[in-house]
Amino acid sequence: MSATNYISAFCRISSGKVNVNHSIMFADENEESSAAFIKSVYKHYQINYPKFYKMDKLCQLAFVTSELLLKDNKITEKYSKEDIAIVVSNSNSSLEIDTEHQKTISDKENYFPSPANFVYTLPNILIGEIAIRNLIKGENTFFIFDKFDAQFTADYVNSLLNSGKAESCIAGWVDYYEGSYDGFLYTVEKTPGVLGIEHTTEQLNNLYK
Amino acid sequence: MKSEIFIIADNIISPLGFTSEENFQHLKKMETGIKSVSGRSLSAEPVCAAVINDDKITSEFDKLNIKDQYTRLEKLFILSIADTLKQAPAVKANSSKTLIILSSTKGNIDLLGSANNNGFDKKRLTLWETGNVITKHFGNPNKALIVSNACISGVLAMIIGKRLLEQGVYENIIVSGGDILTHFVVSGFQSFKAVSNEVCKPYDASRDGISLGEACGTVILTNNSALRSPDSILIKGGASSNDANHISGPSRTGDGLSLAIEKTLHEANLKPSEIDFISGHGTATPYNDEMESQALTASELQNVPMNSLKSYFGHTLGAAGIIESIAGIHSIKNNTLIGTYNFKELGVTKPINIIKETKTQKLNNCLKTAAGFGGCNAAILFSKN
Repeated sequence: MSATNYISAFCRISSGKVNVNHSIMFADENEESSAAFIKSVYKHYQINYPKFYKMDKLCQLAFVTSELLLKDNKITEKYSKEDIAIVVSNSNSSLEIDTEHQKTISDKENYFPSPANFVYTLPNILIGEIAIRNLIKGENTFFIFDKFDAQFTADYVNSLLNSGKAESCIAGWVDYYEGSYDGFLYTVEKTPGVLGIEHTTEQLNNLYK
Repeated sequence: MKSEIFIIADNIISPLGFTSEENFQHLKKMETGIKSVSGRSLSAEPVCAAVINDDKITSEFDKLNIKDQYTRLEKLFILSIADTLKQAPAVKANSSKTLIILSSTKGNIDLLGSANNNGFDKKRLTLWETGNVITKHFGNPNKALIVSNACISGVLAMIIGKRLLEQGVYENIIVSGGDILTHFVVSGFQSFKAVSNEVCKPYDASRDGISLGEACGTVILTNNSALRSPDSILIKGGASSNDANHISGPSRTGDGLSLAIEKTLHEANLKPSEIDFISGHGTATPYNDEMESQALTASELQNVPMNSLKSYFGHTLGAAGIIESIAGIHSIKNNTLIGTYNFKELGVTKPINIIKETKTQKLNNCLKTAAGFGGCNAAILFSKN
């Protein structure tokens, strides 16, 4: 069970920067708000996916991070869709849109709950959005931690690959709450890929600083 | 050779009772926990739902003689876990070899709608803090693992518990799933026009939506064969999948659920013909139940007796997978198939075999399935020891 797996690529979107495989690809010079920054990344890369505008901010962040991760790292062409897993975690679940939904039901005189908001009040919807975009059908799980848990994530994802439950995995951390955002997604494969970083707790902690 | 993983204790807290035994007795007699509820600030209009009596929670919790303040959901987690630990005295909650996994979709979301978070710190809204509160209460040294994956959370939490036990880091894992009924959740499903005005009717021709509910359920899993008894139930397999189709509607073909079922049977090394019954998801929405009939037929399980317990417990979200699995486990132990309350006439296009009335029959293998928002599906297989 000690086979080596690799982080073959990663994308981090946080603090006004887009970092793909250690290159800062795009940075915000105008100190835009978090939501505006994510939209400007979407536009900068000319991603064409109208559903993006229906998503809540958490899913928009996850979606853009996954698009840049997979742009030049087409794991969906390398592996069968049933053999790609998605394992993501965060700290604040869907509290950003939860708060929006709560506002629509707190006042009896101004009561307007909407299915368009309510459907996003579950953190794993962001996994669904990535799965739909890339037609990925394998194992999927959303965990909640106080902060990114490199050890659990490395151990759990490695066990999925080593036990044959997945051939490849999109893993990471996507959190959005009260203007703070942090998207970090990476691909794990049994072969080194672009980056060839061993998928261990130490390497993951180095990458996610 | 992988170690075998089995369940040695279980508890259900629902409107039908505060132990698995109490709940199972009501299921056997086909008595539902759903009724018309008004005046509990869930909804402007009366709504059909399965609600746990507040006074009962308070009186049960008072028996534990606990001084600290806990939220409604935390009280349910504590009561449910405490009952399972009583059944398995060899399992030490304060051991580093014991892990707690919690499954919940919305956690303490009721605090969001109450003034000043009901006196609790704001971080109490996060599920990881709920985990901290529960591990602290039981003196468990490990950080709780939190699974929040819509309506498959409970099944998935048990699958993950099994996988972690197979790796041997832990000896025992307490898996507890809970969600409470709130204005937040009721208003959301009502905005989807997904809530039935009556007790829901799974798989029935006249089904018209879900009934919501609240519950908490706990199982203790172990890889320690010394704790095994003839009554222990084996978990032989489990898998999750995604439809990759739509975030709030199930796939029309059921291929995602079918994939999870086939991976589960493969791991369990069982053929479809060896499955004695299926505990379905059966939310009683037109699309979900139809999808299940497609998926089961594709997996050659259309003739296997099947029920849904949503018309007893309501849809209990993060608790559903666990409490419905426990009911399935008690069905195996008692060789008793539970009839599907409110099911009269099949209303899905594939001829699946829905159990109408409770009956006794020799049972060895139970397949539990679940599906949820985000296109997720899961299946798990339980067997007699």
